[in-house]
Amino acid sequence: MAPILEVKNLEHIYSAGTPFEHVALKDVSFCVERGEFIGIIGHTGSGKSTLMQHLNGLLKPTGGNVLLDGKDIWSDKAFTRQSRFRVGLVFQYPEYQLFEETVYKDIAFGPKNMKLKAEEIDRRVREAAGFVGITEAQLESSPFDLSGGQKRRVAIAGVIAMEPEVLILDEPTAGLDPEGREEILANIDGYRKAKNATIMMVSHSMADVARMTERLLVMNDATLAMDGTPEEVFSHADELVAMGLDIPDVTAVFLRLRQMGLDVPNVYTTHQAVDALSRLKRGERHA
Amino acid sequence: MLKDITLGQFFPGTSPVHRLDPRTKLVLLVVYIVTLFTANNWLSYGIVFAFLAFAIAISTIPLKSILNGMKPLVFVLIFTGILNIFFTVGNGEPLVSVWVIKIYKEGIILALFMMLRIMMLITGTFLLTYTTSPIALTDGLESLLSPLKKLHVPVHELAMMMCIALRFIPTLIEETDKIMSAQKARGADFESGSLMDRVKALVPILVPLFISAFRRADELATAMECRCYQGGEGRTKMKLLRYKLGDFKAYSVGVLLLAAVITLRYFGL
Repeated sequence: MAPILEVKNLEHIYSAGTPFEHVALKDVSFCVERGEFIGIIGHTGSGKSTLMQHLNGLLKPTGGNVLLDGKDIWSDKAFTRQSRFRVGLVFQYPEYQLFEETVYKDIAFGPKNMKLKAEEIDRRVREAAGFVGITEAQLESSPFDLSGGQKRRVAIAGVIAMEPEVLILDEPTAGLDPEGREEILANIDGYRKAKNATIMMVSHSMADVARMTERLLVMNDATLAMDGTPEEVFSHADELVAMGLDIPDVTAVFLRLRQMGLDVPNVYTTHQAVDALSRLKRGERHA
Repeated sequence: MLKDITLGQFFPGTSPVHRLDPRTKLVLLVVYIVTLFTANNWLSYGIVFAFLAFAIAISTIPLKSILNGMKPLVFVLIFTGILNIFFTVGNGEPLVSVWVIKIYKEGIILALFMMLRIMMLITGTFLLTYTTSPIALTDGLESLLSPLKKLHVPVHELAMMMCIALRFIPTLIEETDKIMSAQKARGADFESGSLMDRVKALVPILVPLFISAFRRADELATAMECRCYQGGEGRTKMKLLRYKLGDFKAYSVGVLLLAAVITLRYFGL
């Protein structure tokens, strides 16, 4: 089976041919398989947002292709529109795009644009609301009466209701408290497991991506600098720091411990750290 | 796409035009507009044009950007031209006479004058906004209008409002772009359908845009309040406006221009 998304030599230049010309993406290639959970990291202006907007056909590449299910998303107009539904994109601070009178209507906006039947829309809205923990009572209230975290979840539900095969989120947890963060990350993972969907998540929280994802794409200066498991990527701590990025706090602590002569493995989640330390306490050596 | 709009965009620079006091530029623009509407023959148009060309030349603003700004006005220009050609009745024989349409020599000349006048008017205004930062502009305006304070006109507040409005244009354009992309990602379609459909398609953009504009206004008000902001009374300025030699030169040129055009109009040659 073809990979769900294939990016080939993608290039994007803003305002080409003017004095404001700016290369946002340069020769980026990678494949995304069904069901993967991918984290995208990179400092501000590294091309992450531009890359994301190419994956569902919001931006047209100035060079290279984006293939969805083996077919170029720009090959015909109908397919470009379809790709917007099959690849769901949640922007940063999505709560600022809510506009309807009720939460229900707002979540229904996407499915309605897909021209689905009324019963199907209803089913999807309720299911999406369930994924993000919006109650029946809240569905009939105004989105503007909700708290910040709830608004964000409604906005995410608005994209989930389209049942995209690939769900892309730009910093879904920015500006939320730890509890709200946990909830949203759990909601996203719940959707992935229920629908075998692919998730791509941009995040500045190294701890979050280390814990949630199984593959990391590192963007730097408009190019794809690294592509590998969190373990591989975070073992290049120096390079990441040189790119203006960070490694999870616990990884940094363990690197330091090793420099001090302790026999500890590379870890990148708190969970692994606990394991490693308790093993060390018991006097075992790591493999 | 929205980013490409150049409406009153400021081009930073250090040319003599940039360095003029904003008050000088504002007064000169008024003088320039008066002369433009006083001019009624080729010679006076020539003089005003020479003044404009000179100002553009020393401003180092690329001619291309000025001409680009003219694009949205093409329709207005053509419309004015056509109206004047067809609806002016001259003294002599019509040049062309087909059915009810009669074109006189006077009509053509008037149409040319009107089109020239509009183009020169717009170019002059562009030159002001291209060479003066919005802040300097409102500062200048406030200073020029300050005598009105005696009449209890809230000049400082008006200037402040204008300044804030200008400041938020790019922010709101960026915001609109973002909201549009987000709604497109949910399958919103702004490009097809009947007129009614397209108007309806704007609701998902306008509602969030208004909400965010109000939110920003609220936040700004709070931030100003926190810094104990109070209107103009007793407030000092970081950048004081002071006339320099160049300003007096510019004023002299302006007076000469006005005098020349008035003389030409009322006394002939």
